[in-house]
This record gives sequence, C-alpha cells and structure tokens, in this order.
Amino acid sequence: MGGGKEMETIYQWMTEVEESNSELVTQHYLGETSENQTMYYLQISQPSNKSKKIIWMDCGIHAREWISPAFCQWFVKEILQNYKSDPQISRFLQNLDLYILPVLNVDGYIYSWEKERLWRKNRSPYMNATCYGTDLNRNFNSSWGSIGVSYNCSSEIFCGSGPESEPETRAVAQFIERKKEDILCYLTMHSYGQYILTPYGSTTEPPSNNEELVGDENFGLLKIIAKFTGTNENAVPILNLQMQVAEKAATALMGKYGTSYQVGATSLILYSNSGSSRDWAHMIGIPFSYTFELRDKGTHGFLLPSDQIEPTCEETMLAVMTIIDYVDQKYFPSGGVILTSGSLGLSLCLSVVFTWTVF
Amino acid sequence: MEPPPPCSAAGRAAALAAACINYRRGGPSRGLELRAVTAAATQDIDNVGRKYHLKLVLEDILEKDNVVNCTAEILYHLGNKNAAPDVDFTIEGELKNTDEQDNIFYNQIKSLKKELVAQNIPDSHGNVPPEMEPIRLLARVAAGYVAWQNSTENTRYELAQIKDVRQVKRSDDYLEFDYMVLLHEFVSQEIIPWQMRVLWHPQHGVKVTQNSRQPKPAEY
Repeated sequence: MGGGKEMETIYQWMTEVEESNSELVTQHYLGETSENQTMYYLQISQPSNKSKKIIWMDCGIHAREWISPAFCQWFVKEILQNYKSDPQISRFLQNLDLYILPVLNVDGYIYSWEKERLWRKNRSPYMNATCYGTDLNRNFNSSWGSIGVSYNCSSEIFCGSGPESEPETRAVAQFIERKKEDILCYLTMHSYGQYILTPYGSTTEPPSNNEELVGDENFGLLKIIAKFTGTNENAVPILNLQMQVAEKAATALMGKYGTSYQVGATSLILYSNSGSSRDWAHMIGIPFSYTFELRDKGTHGFLLPSDQIEPTCEETMLAVMTIIDYVDQKYFPSGGVILTSGSLGLSLCLSVVFTWTVF
Repeated sequence: MEPPPPCSAAGRAAALAAACINYRRGGPSRGLELRAVTAAATQDIDNVGRKYHLKLVLEDILEKDNVVNCTAEILYHLGNKNAAPDVDFTIEGELKNTDEQDNIFYNQIKSLKKELVAQNIPDSHGNVPPEMEPIRLLARVAAGYVAWQNSTENTRYELAQIKDVRQVKRSDDYLEFDYMVLLHEFVSQEIIPWQMRVLWHPQHGVKVTQNSRQPKPAEY
C-alpha cells in the first residue's frame, strides 16, 4: 500500500468508494510501478445479465498535471452520486462499464508532491541510476521512438529504452489489449492547454473511422483548404466522426463557464509526437480515443489554483458525458434515436490557414 | 522551397505574439493572455524568412471580460537563428488604465522597511498571496521579453513559476527585482530555469536589463 501521504489519501478514497458503493464499484489491481507501488483502477458496473461494453479513463500519466487525478476522482464521485437520479447516467450504465485509473504514474505523482513539483515522467532509473524517468506518454507502441521524442534520459520526452519498456506502460497496455474487443472509448486526462486531441500525433493520416466522413459537399471545401495548407489531400482528418463528437463535447464544456477548448489532431494543432497512449489505443482498434488537456492556457499552467479545481471538473464532466452519451447511443440505439450530422464543426486548428510565396 | 509550416506553428506564433504584447503593454497591474486566434496566414519570403499574419483576441488576466482584438505580424528569420523574431502588432481599442493600482503597488514596495524577498509564486497549489500578484504579473511581463528573444517557430514558452525574487536596492525612483523563474517550453516539455533582472517605474514601464538561462539543477 501507498508511500507518500497524498497517494495514501487516494488509495484510502478508492477503498471507501468501493465499500460504500459495493453494488456498483469494485477496485482492481492493474500492476506495479518501477518503484513497486501498486496501480489500482475502479470498475463501475451495474449488475446485469447483459454483456457490456467499456469506457476507459486514465489520469495522472504525467506527474505534474495535478488537475488530472483530481478530475478522475470528481468523475467517480459524480457518477456515484447521481446514477440513480440522472437519466443520462442510468441509461448508459445499462450498457457500459466505466473503468477509471485515477493515478497511472504513481511514482512520479508522489515525487511531484514530495520532491519536485514540476516532475513529469516516471521514476525508473537509467544510466546506472544517474538519470531518472521515461515519459510514459511516449512509451506506448504507436510508432514508438519515431518523432517528437528524445533518446536521452535527461529529456522530459525521453521515450524509454523500447516500446513498453516501463512497467506502468505494460500494466495499462496489457490490460487494454486483453479487453480491447469491448472497449469503445479510451480517454486520457492531461493538463494544460484546453484541448481535446484526436489521433494521430505522428502522422497527418486520418484515423480509421475516416469512412464515417460526413457530407460530400463539405469534403469539397476541405480539399481546397488541404491544398492551401500543403497537407496530403487524403490526410484530411477534419470531418470525421471522432472530431465531430469532440466538437460537441467542447461545446458542452463551454456552456458551463465559457471556457474554450480547441479540438483537433495532435500533430496538427500541437506538435508531432509518437508513442502516446491515445494513438496506441486507436491503433489497436478502439474507435473513440481522446486526450483531454485541461485548464488553463498558461497563466498558471501546471500550478492551477485550488479555486479552479471544482469549475474545471464540472465543465470537463459535461464534455466527458457528451462523449459517453454519444457512444452509448451509437452502439446501443433505442428505437427512434436518429443521429444527425449536426453542425459541421469545421475545426481546422485555426479558422483558415493558407500560405503563399512572395517572388 | 521549404514545406509549409504545420498548423501547430501558427499556434506557437500566436503565443509569441501574446507574450510580446504582454511585454510591451503589461505591467504589475495588467496581464494579457491569449484567448483566441481568429485568423492566421503564413508568407514565405525568399532569403528572409517566414512571416505569420495573425488576428488575435487577448483577455485581461485580472478581469476576464476585458478583451481586446489585435493584429500581429511575426517574422522568423531564415539565416541567423539567434536573431529574435520581428514582432509588430496593433491593438484595437483601449486597454484599461492601471495608474491607480500601479501607484498603490509602487508605494507599497517603496515603503517596505526591508527589501522584498519571496519564493515559489505561485506555490505548489497555484496560490498567490494577493500582495504578490503584482510581483507575479511583473515576472510575466519580463518572461514575455525572454520568450520573444529566444523563440523559434518550434518553441513556445510559458512562465511556470517564480522560484525566487529579490528586490534590489536602488537610490533612484525605479524598482528593481532579480527573479529566478522556471519557464515551461511546450514542445520539448522542458522546465528551464532563467534569471531575469527587471526594472520598473509607473511612468517608464518595464525593462529587462539582463537575463540568462540557468543550468538545470542536478538530479536528486
């Protein structure tokens, strides 16, 4: 059981949640960290004869992003508080099980509380223990080591000695791999920046649910924009279902306090990277895979003030519920539910980006 | 012909524009933050570099409902990678006058019996004591200058934390602070210690008289 007072508090909370909601919640062992701390996840599952599909959410893959584990805890609390009274929640709990990993990078999280607030990576030793830590979100087996990484342990984006070299990565990957047939949605919570990111980080190729492109008349417009930006004409990841759902989620989030999130593929709106958990989840077939980068946009960055924790969690809840609700309606439609394409949400990273050359 | 820039580069250029505008127009009572980018275009200029044309919306950190529209042009130079990018901007409309708050802060510091010394602003939980808010905003202005001087198309700097700030005794009217800050670079995700010497006067604005990148502390 946990070292580090903060982690102890979280482990205690997980046990209490299981005890006071035993009809719904079970705590499970996921694996061990490089410092032999235990990783636990919570499963929220309504007893039923039906076979269910799975929504996975992990928090705290990067140690310093404290708002992230706070959100996972908030999410669990909200579901358990409202599942009997909230029709949206009770509907999807008939069909979906929720798996929540509140702190993925336990060692790093403890280290950020006890030693170095802005630590990011895990704590595995390299180079005869003269250098520590792999960026767990560069360590998954998705174009591992190809772009947006460092092979140097002293870097914050060190990708490790090989794909899944880290026990934390293996613990998550092995579990998800085993359950992948049933996982409809992979969510991973980070901060900061206020983004909802879709695959991919390492290429501008559109993810596999490209066949769900919507609206031919709109595709024409996109081809023009693609020409102007010089991106591969086929790599037009803009109008696909993942993006649309993310746009809907961002709109719901904004409705609460006016907080604006940008939506798009990582490689287009942020930077190129490889080995991310979100890309890997999508590559192995999980249809809806998102990274959330929570508040703020840089004024406080990782050091988000405590008075912003609750509003951040409340607004993010709306976004996550939008996604889960969509997935529930899509895979478990009840009669009479028609999914319209809705607003196009043409969300190139900025409204229009075009280039010209001066001769 | 170089390949066109990724979309993400325009976001970094916008962040740089905001940092510059904050450097030029910010102060201990005013912090400007990028709220949105409404338009962006890039222009490759042969043998010179790449120019970004941006339309931005900035908001006042202390009063989020105060927004201003700006246009900015950023030229990243081709040849000399050590040259800071050229930044030009126009702000539409007026920024709120901060003379009163500036003078309050100025007099507060002037009347201190001992030179101000502080650490960890914000603290680990993001908290800033109210009397330290102007110190933090001043650091943010200065960090905007450092970001400008050190930015390329592939970097984006944010002020992560003030580790240490010490007031420097002066015989004239200016206030002077020596800051040790941590900058967060978005693309590499590095936390970079940086030292800045900052002069300020209510009528004469902010000047960074000296700054230097510091080595990362030894692993522990």
